[in-house]
Amino acid sequence: MSRPPLDITAYEANDGYQSVHAIAKGLSPEDVLELVKGSGLKGRGGAGFPTGLKWSFVPRGDNSPKQKYLVVNADEMEPGTFKDRLLMEGDPHLMLEGMIIAAYTIQASKAYIFLRGEYTVSEQALRKAIKEAYERGYLGKNILGTGFDFDIIMHTSAGRYICGEETALLNALEGKRANPRAKPPFPQVSGLWGKPTIVNNVETLCNLPGILTYGVDWYHGLTKGNDHGTKLFGVSGKVKTPGCWELPLGLPIRELLEGYAGGMQDGLELRGFLPGGGSTDFMLPEHLDIVLDYDEIAKVGSRLATGTMIVLDDKTCPVGMVGNLMKFFAHESCGFCTPCRDGLPWVDQIFRDFENGEGSEKDLQILHDHVTYLGPGRTFCALAPGATAPLGSGLKYFKEDFEKHITQKRCSYKH
Amino acid sequence: MSQQVIASTANKARSLSLEEIAEIEHEMTLYPDKRAVGLEALKIVQKHQGWVSDASLLGIAKYLDIPAADLEGVATFFNLVYRQQVGKNVILFCDSVSCWIMGCEGIKGYIKEQLAIDYGETTKDGDFTLIPVPCLGDCDRAPVMMVGPDLHRNLTPEKIDSIIKDYKNKQD
Repeated sequence: MSRPPLDITAYEANDGYQSVHAIAKGLSPEDVLELVKGSGLKGRGGAGFPTGLKWSFVPRGDNSPKQKYLVVNADEMEPGTFKDRLLMEGDPHLMLEGMIIAAYTIQASKAYIFLRGEYTVSEQALRKAIKEAYERGYLGKNILGTGFDFDIIMHTSAGRYICGEETALLNALEGKRANPRAKPPFPQVSGLWGKPTIVNNVETLCNLPGILTYGVDWYHGLTKGNDHGTKLFGVSGKVKTPGCWELPLGLPIRELLEGYAGGMQDGLELRGFLPGGGSTDFMLPEHLDIVLDYDEIAKVGSRLATGTMIVLDDKTCPVGMVGNLMKFFAHESCGFCTPCRDGLPWVDQIFRDFENGEGSEKDLQILHDHVTYLGPGRTFCALAPGATAPLGSGLKYFKEDFEKHITQKRCSYKH
Repeated sequence: MSQQVIASTANKARSLSLEEIAEIEHEMTLYPDKRAVGLEALKIVQKHQGWVSDASLLGIAKYLDIPAADLEGVATFFNLVYRQQVGKNVILFCDSVSCWIMGCEGIKGYIKEQLAIDYGETTKDGDFTLIPVPCLGDCDRAPVMMVGPDLHRNLTPEKIDSIIKDYKNKQD
């Protein structure tokens, strides 16, 4: 960040916490739920599930469990993803305001921020902001006279990518090994300590204040396409100006890569890119005119996911890039289910063999088999299927590079 | 590397310090059960002791009345809980995909050369331990790494030289 985060006074002067005042003036939880449903907001953590729909699964009424929880998934660790850090370091009050809205809607009196342990600057910014919000009466007992009590607790985690999976995250919060849980029951019904729990991503929560303060029509007006609102988009790799920008959904990918990111560095050509972090399928230069929209990107077999793109250039080995991702997924498997625990290290080993010029046609077949056997529905959670996204698309789009490693018995990108 | 990783009950539990206990007691007010505080307690003890020894782990298990084996299961799961002694400064080196594209292998090779340690090792003088870490989420400024709580970006061999020098000076 090029500036320190806004303190609460500056934040309030920029319409900050207006949504909480709107709630105090008489918006009911049902009103807020309808607004968020109407906004069409989709979860920004990667899966893109409609936020209002997710919230609506939380049991309501007198017969529902009294204690409900909100949990913020601030465990950003998807390879190539650097957007939640920016929000927490740059505008911590925006997330807190979003948390108050979410908690009020589901009537959760307590929230845990599950923050990545390495995000030390985010931790400081959030702790300061929480303190300020308590002092102003936006947190604590009877917030602005609404009768709604809400406390936020900071939990700094101790590593492991699997904690980003929401049920694994809940186990970690309960002080257990972070193995994912069987679903159903879904956390909305039985989550943290068996209580109804909503787990929302940082960026999702940061969309809420705008929706309540400026209205659904304003939110819809931000975009041209089918998906609503803005999103943070990032670009990393060998482009001229890597970075992260808030842009409307529906913008052509070309504008992001060639405009904002400045195009490829001199002397390099675009070979392909992962559109939304390490667990998404490769896309090619021919896809540059597709728009940044959940459904449009799904049509070419990939996912918008976190919206942070990793760019592959023509002087970087695609086999090496996929191999790097496979090493990551193999290392981060929680070890609970067999296909993931045993399959990913096998895949990783084959990539090491390819790197050393020892890959064979048979190995290539084994990699293809893993795309099937580690795919959706075959494993306990989405970690291994996520790994098959760059693996399967990499095998398809960069076939000749894999073949070359076999015939030349070396990586031709190394000099 | 000969350190036994599994807590042996033949070792005696260490009595936790008053500071450690005060911080653990505070965490207990934030969670509805003691088990949830286990991970927090491990981090608190690590903050004070630098790492979590067998004696510390047993001390926490005793204090929170949770099985030592369960706590060990948690301690060995999370990569930021150190069950072996580490150096004064832990280098968390990002070698995930964006950093890899931007040449982190070369930077890692340079660190290895300068400090004469590989992943999982500590320098002879006990100043630095080098550990790989999943994507640090600062990919537009790759390659990156952390030293203790501090993030260092756009790494080059020259930057590595000055970072190593700074941390050495800091503790002298």
